[in-house]
Amino acid sequence: MKGEAVRHPGINLGDDHGEAHSAAETLVFGFWVFLMSDLIVFGLMFATYVTMLTPNSFAGGPEPKDVFNLGSAFAQTILLLLSSLAMGFAGLALRYKHSVVRVNVWLLISLFLGIGFLALEINDFRDMIEMGAVPSRSGFLSAFFGLVPLHGLHVTAGCIWIVIMLIQLRVFGPNTVVKTRLLRLGLFWHFLDIVWIGIFSIVFLGGLA
Amino acid sequence: MDQDHRFEQALRQYIIGFVLALALTGVPFALVAWGKLPGSVTLLFVLLCGLTQMVVQFRYFLHIDFTQQKREDLLLILFSTLLLAIMAGGTIWIMTNLAHRMH
Repeated sequence: MKGEAVRHPGINLGDDHGEAHSAAETLVFGFWVFLMSDLIVFGLMFATYVTMLTPNSFAGGPEPKDVFNLGSAFAQTILLLLSSLAMGFAGLALRYKHSVVRVNVWLLISLFLGIGFLALEINDFRDMIEMGAVPSRSGFLSAFFGLVPLHGLHVTAGCIWIVIMLIQLRVFGPNTVVKTRLLRLGLFWHFLDIVWIGIFSIVFLGGLA
Repeated sequence: MDQDHRFEQALRQYIIGFVLALALTGVPFALVAWGKLPGSVTLLFVLLCGLTQMVVQFRYFLHIDFTQQKREDLLLILFSTLLLAIMAGGTIWIMTNLAHRMH
């Protein structure tokens, strides 16, 4: 990225985007404020979860080893990482190739990988509920169902956001407003993958180690 | 610098980030699946890999680093992390201590 004017942290549109590049400065800074407050919310859900890992909090119910599926967690991790990469490529296509077709293709790939992630996650929740591991069973499970589905809800919102951006790209084309929205969508999507690192490390690998 | 060259440079950043992230995901999962190391050693390794991968993704996907950034924006991220560390660390410390005393 050397030789380019960097106006704000994170992904920049670049000088040849003119108006959109300068408009992005305040918008992206505001979005970082949102992301960081969201990070605090997730962080405190993590803290609550970790305090709910004592034998008392299992309340004689299922423990992490009984309910987590390592293979499924790994598949979800890879799907979300690939989706994050596809979103990165969509951003590159927007910044350097000025190609709406390429942006559309990468956004669609990112969307399908995100939906695949959600499908696996919902399947895991259903398995857990079938074996009686419901949120009301113990403090551990309440904390689990507070933290992990909260991330899933964010991914769902992200998927809806991708669909909206696909529609806006078709209706309005890549104008300033649409470009800065795509920039923020990219930040949001990468941020969700970073939160997932915490989830698979602490919740799944921590629970099964 | 021309457009294509900048594109290739930016693309390389994503590829490097992806390969590192893949390695930092695969190794801890493999260790847990293998399950031969003591639990606490595995856990420590998993947490170290997780933290490293967070830094890698911030660096290569979100392009946050210590150069070329506007300082106040970088400070927002660092300060949020500090607040989080105090709140989450404090919660875990106090609550585990309490749980310990209740036995």
